[in-house]
Amino acid sequence: MNKLGIIISGIVKNNPTFVLLLGMCPTLGTTTSAVNGAGMGAATMAVLIMSNIVISLVKSIIPSKVRIPAYIVIIAAFVTIVELCMKAWLPDLYATLGVFIPLIVVNCIILGRAEGFAAKNGVVDSALDGVGIGLGFTLSLTLVGAVREVLGSGSVFGWRFIEGDGMLIFVLAPGAFLVLGYIMVMFNKLVAKTK
Amino acid sequence: MKNTLLNMILVLGGISTIASAGVGYVYRITEEPIAAAVEANKTAALGDVLPDFDAIVPLESTLDGIPVTVHTATAGGSVVGYAVETATTMGFSGEFRLMVGFAPDGKVLAVKVLQHAETPGLGSKMVDAGNPLIASFEGRNPSDMRMAVRKDGGEVDALTAATITSRAYVDAIARAFAAMLEARGSALNSPFGEALGGGENVVLEAREGASENLTNDAKQTDNE
Repeated sequence: MNKLGIIISGIVKNNPTFVLLLGMCPTLGTTTSAVNGAGMGAATMAVLIMSNIVISLVKSIIPSKVRIPAYIVIIAAFVTIVELCMKAWLPDLYATLGVFIPLIVVNCIILGRAEGFAAKNGVVDSALDGVGIGLGFTLSLTLVGAVREVLGSGSVFGWRFIEGDGMLIFVLAPGAFLVLGYIMVMFNKLVAKTK
Repeated sequence: MKNTLLNMILVLGGISTIASAGVGYVYRITEEPIAAAVEANKTAALGDVLPDFDAIVPLESTLDGIPVTVHTATAGGSVVGYAVETATTMGFSGEFRLMVGFAPDGKVLAVKVLQHAETPGLGSKMVDAGNPLIASFEGRNPSDMRMAVRKDGGEVDALTAATITSRAYVDAIARAFAAMLEARGSALNSPFGEALGGGENVVLEAREGASENLTNDAKQTDNE
């Protein structure tokens, strides 16, 4: 697979949110606005790239029976590092995403890519896979967040164009399922057409 | 590598050690910026809720088991306001903390949310400038108003679809007011107290009012 192909595949063919359906908990939980979705996507992408690189480096020395605990320790360390950095240098973003950041540890996307890609491929390809899947996740979360923000709060990226309350249900959990479902249908329809 | 017990122990132990060392290192380099960010947040909130001051004295106390800090701000030796760091445990998602600024006569100057985990888009609207909750309090003295949301027969406009958050907000401000009166009362008994005005009986009366409202609020159990 060529290098650009790995990145594009992470965004379209293997899009973690709309195709692989991984990491649904943060997708539904943090996409109340476009900025929150983008922030969560970026934090996940940072962890994903670092864990993919390290896991592809150490894959040959890990006995197969303990590979999952080993991956989880590596992922948890990177998540903690990202959390501390965010607390220190992006306190506003941390204030809105705080509770979801530690949950990146158990995000299926990260362990899924560690087991499914990084454990079988070289360092460069694994890093690129992290970039691709990370971008796919970030773009998907930003899209879901933007749609929910427009419908639920009448604003997008914090820029308000409708006064008063929007349709509150889209800010709440049921709206997350509705928006995610409709975008998923449209995404897969479009991707199927272009094939 | 082969799946022998020794290999597994060595590899897992080694990875854990390196991971811990990495996290420990990052913790050390982020410790200062994190403390600075928390402090900056607090300082910014103090500046937002108080008029200009040149000295500030914090006084820590506990009301109903919740820590409350009263910052008494002075300019040129006379008190210009009180900023109270207050909290409530009645929020929709647990505890949240507010900074409430009071004028020396007890009027609410401004309210700032320090930390919260309320539902985004609903309870989180308490952070926005000019929301109904802040508008209900600003420029008014809590002892002159019925401290409850309108649904409970009070005078506070609640946030749309966030009654529990609004009740908790009222609870936090009532606690801040009680703590402020207590701090002001103890200052009145000190040699510097004369310039402050007011009297002991006012303090007691208002405190009773505040705690009454607290119990009223606690009894309400509606859904948000």
